Amino acid sequence: MLVRFPICAGRALLATLAAATIAACGGAPGGAASGRSSAITDIGSDTIVNLALAWAEAYAKVQPAVRISVTGGGSGTGINSLINGSADIANASRRMTAGEVAAAKEHGISPREVVVARDAIAVIVHKSNPVSRLTIEQLAAIFSGRIDNWSEVGGEDRPIVRLSREVNSGTHVYFLEAVLRGGRKGDKTLFSADTLLLPSSEGVIAETTDNPNAIGYDGLGYVTPDVKVIAVSGDGGKTFVLPSAASVTDRTYPIARDLYMYVREGAPPQVRGYIDWILSPEAQRLVQSLGFVPIH
Amino acid sequence: MGRSRKPSEFAIEALIKASGWSAVVFVLLIFLFLLREGLPTFAEVKLGSLFGLRWYPIEGHFGLVPLVWGSIIVTLGAALIAVPLGVAAALFIAEVAPRWLRELLKPLVEVLAGLPSVVLGFLGVIALAPLVRTSLGVPTGLTTLTGSILLALMALPTIVSVAEDALDAVPKSFRVGSLALGATRWQTIWRTTLPAARSGVLTATMLGIGRAIGETMAVMMVTGNAPQLLLAPRALWSPSRSMTATIAAEMGEVAKGSTHYHVLFTVGLVLFLISFGVNIAASSMLFKSRGGGGRMLS
Repeated sequence: MLVRFPICAGRALLATLAAATIAACGGAPGGAASGRSSAITDIGSDTIVNLALAWAEAYAKVQPAVRISVTGGGSGTGINSLINGSADIANASRRMTAGEVAAAKEHGISPREVVVARDAIAVIVHKSNPVSRLTIEQLAAIFSGRIDNWSEVGGEDRPIVRLSREVNSGTHVYFLEAVLRGGRKGDKTLFSADTLLLPSSEGVIAETTDNPNAIGYDGLGYVTPDVKVIAVSGDGGKTFVLPSAASVTDRTYPIARDLYMYVREGAPPQVRGYIDWILSPEAQRLVQSLGFVPIH
Repeated sequence: MGRSRKPSEFAIEALIKASGWSAVVFVLLIFLFLLREGLPTFAEVKLGSLFGLRWYPIEGHFGLVPLVWGSIIVTLGAALIAVPLGVAAALFIAEVAPRWLRELLKPLVEVLAGLPSVVLGFLGVIALAPLVRTSLGVPTGLTTLTGSILLALMALPTIVSVAEDALDAVPKSFRVGSLALGATRWQTIWRTTLPAARSGVLTATMLGIGRAIGETMAVMMVTGNAPQLLLAPRALWSPSRSMTATIAAEMGEVAKGSTHYHVLFTVGLVLFLISFGVNIAASSMLFKSRGGGGRMLS
């Protein structure tokens, strides 16, 4: 369930053998690079991990000499790994905080931010749920605990079960700031204490698929046909928009965000080369095929 | 005597002594490390905030009470299920079952101990949680009770095997004497054998609870991880968050040396003290009476 295994580029199918795989990659026979290592370590957001894997696999064909190992774990994990020098690239589904930038500076690292894709956060419910549209204000009321029953938003008389990712997830932080607090600085609204904090995106999907009371949110790339996607209104109920690549690009879907890769200034040339390739049209086509939104 | 000892004998003796003491040293070192990383909490977070009712670390809410309560309630639930079941199973295996069945049941129970907790957790999410939700009619199946049932499954092998050893160690003369006085078989089991093995059975219970309170993976997967404080009966069929799950879920994320990092070590410290207490209680029971508990580590 957890996408937290270190996975080597080109060997995603062996994800379950992660430990063995990473060892095999380290000393991969036939690796073109001899002597000096040209391995890139890419750690971070679970939202981005599948995309990062797809990129790493495709890049293995472009630059066979460069090996890229991709690991999930959450945006905070990636950023911390960048700060303490154990990662070349940090994947993050949120921006670095001022505190994290300061910590990086303390370690002699000045992080460079690159927007690599965009992502819509889909609000999902059980298939049988008659509710199909909600405003941002209603979502805020639901997740902060002011609305407790589906009948208050036009559904059946059922208790609402709120699902969220863990607090360390970039998606959680984004949802808190963009939806619960409506982007207002200084707003201290929190998730209701009875919100279920599930350790993975798949956990949120599984419980929503199964439980008719549930409401959750997840990156659009994770949403399966087993759940129902809610149309969201960011203008108080005048227009309701479903998340899609088109509605993210034309900025009509209100809960969308940028996805980032952070590298340090003065990173080795192969890291810079990889980032440049990620921004190329060729790499951005992969973004679309995985349910994310390309940057151009 | 001392002069006649061979050097090899001396070396072996020293080695065994060193291994014995190393366990003590390791526990002490772990404790000191927890103290070193956890104590800064008390300088950084107000004591009142630590006793607060809200755990939301990214916004500076460090209330430990819901976490401690979550751990306690999920463990109590597990004990309520596992202890009667475990003791009954031990009684059956030791006193009632014929020899061939006994040889079959003991290893089978121990297979349960070998199941990785993530497998049980997965079964919990896929099968048990939906069952709990539909049969109890609660809003979600990811509840404390679901966690308790899984934990009970994990604590059972310990309880059965230790309690069975304790029962087995009760001298045969007790049973024979009881039967000779005209007691039925059931009366003998319930009024003679079980009380005679009491300290061993209590030890089994404590060890089972000790196993349950430290379990992480399965609990994290099925309890819903909502840090809320609810009164006892209702808390059982609502989601809750345990200390172990909190550490597991958040440790990978925190910046080393941050307040959140220190608080997580404080949670670890509390957990350490609780399991230390449980183990002390278990071994003090063990030493109080030598009957039956001697094979505690079998």
